[in-house]
Amino acid sequence: MAQTYRTMLVDPMVDNNPITLQVLGVCSALAVTSSLQVAAVMALAVTLVTGFSSMFISAIRSQIPSSIRIIVQMIIIASLVIVVDQVLKAYAYEISKTLSVFVGLIITNCIVMGRAEAFAMKNPPFASFVDGVGNGLGYGLILMLVGFIRELFGSGSLFGITILETVNNGGWYVPNGLLLLPPSAFFVIGLLIWGFRSWKPEQVEDREYRIQTVEAH
Amino acid sequence: MSDPQEQTTANKGPIRRFLDTPPDNVAKTVTVALGLCLVASMVVSAAAVSLRPLQEQNAALDKQVNIVQVAGLYEDGIDVAQAFTSFEPHVLELATGDFADGTEVEGQVLDPMTFDDRAAAADLTLSAPLTDDPASIRRQANYVTVYLLRNDDGSLDKVILPVYGYGLWSTLYGFIAVEEDGNTIYGLQFYEHAETPGLGAEVDNPRWKALWRDKKLRTDEGEGDLAITVAKVPPAAGREYFVDALSGATLTSRGVDNLVRFWMSDRGFEPFLERVRAGEI
Repeated sequence: MAQTYRTMLVDPMVDNNPITLQVLGVCSALAVTSSLQVAAVMALAVTLVTGFSSMFISAIRSQIPSSIRIIVQMIIIASLVIVVDQVLKAYAYEISKTLSVFVGLIITNCIVMGRAEAFAMKNPPFASFVDGVGNGLGYGLILMLVGFIRELFGSGSLFGITILETVNNGGWYVPNGLLLLPPSAFFVIGLLIWGFRSWKPEQVEDREYRIQTVEAH
Repeated sequence: MSDPQEQTTANKGPIRRFLDTPPDNVAKTVTVALGLCLVASMVVSAAAVSLRPLQEQNAALDKQVNIVQVAGLYEDGIDVAQAFTSFEPHVLELATGDFADGTEVEGQVLDPMTFDDRAAAADLTLSAPLTDDPASIRRQANYVTVYLLRNDDGSLDKVILPVYGYGLWSTLYGFIAVEEDGNTIYGLQFYEHAETPGLGAEVDNPRWKALWRDKKLRTDEGEGDLAITVAKVPPAAGREYFVDALSGATLTSRGVDNLVRFWMSDRGFEPFLERVRAGEI
């Protein structure tokens, strides 16, 4: 195999990151990154779902009729998501309340479907599992970075532990309320994509158009 | 001479033959779809059934935490079950505003410790359908559980009333705490909803919840019209009846407005609140 398991796991972190390079899964990245704890649980949930759904889909890939393959993938992904949701409700009730619909929306996360369709349908189960986990971790990495920035500067804490004492609690730090609102994640993710592409210029997409200069008469 | 591949197919068992059938065969497509659905449904139901007791326990504890919180008794690290014992639960008959503890309705004894509001709202003998239904709850139970908090001398301090209604995505379930005058709101808190995080789910934001403190339900010390509202602009009646709507969550805010106004109206807790104002409780 051309790719080793190691590169399959590490590649989606920076070189082929699902959020910054492929720009997938942004919706949930906006919604669940206002605190690190929630972002971490979401990252874990997505990693598990991507890993196991890729593995199961890959295990039955030669039996999946191509006419219903998307539905078959959806059923496997949806079942795993429901199981994750039920486990969260039983063992992490508070966090599952904060995540609310976004756990269910892992089903529609393009990263999960993308890996199933692009990788798991053509590769053996273990490789698919590693690929799924790698992509889940790549997604998680961005989630944690965004969550770190938003929680630290938005509420002055990390994982709920106060780092910068806010003015409301008698400290000195005036929290940036914008960072607690979903649109701020757009800016943070945009800056991250900028940073990643400046660091690795090969990630910059080719222009689809050319600006024409028109001679004035 | 027969094709060697065909010959081996004949010697294989049924499973092998099935696996070797090309996936696009119609019979195989149907079989794969059915088989997968069967396996997936078993996995999902196994998870749901085996984890339900834990989830219900969590939900019950969470409800108690919310009752303690809405009454302003919550502090980090307190024993919730202990704090919850200071509340006095009663089953209330909504239409009359009287307590119905221990009465028997259609063979069911209404015990405040075990009465289940949600089950009652779905029970045909304990609830009635609504024709005019601003809170979008379809059926309203005739009986609900309310919680009283008393001062040390036995006089009434607060009443905690359950409220619920539809927001944007989900039914919001919560409690509203009303002071002993039967007209001043002490707090409003939702313990279950699935509104959009960051927008509608800001109903949980402490700063928004704090807006409800000391708002009045009705004009004229409770004897006038129902005036409390969640709106974008203050109503003519005045600011003490006005809670600023959530930005970016118009439909959730409207849902909260509808449900609070519904439950505080004559069809909700007004008969009971009238008795609270008269000092009968």
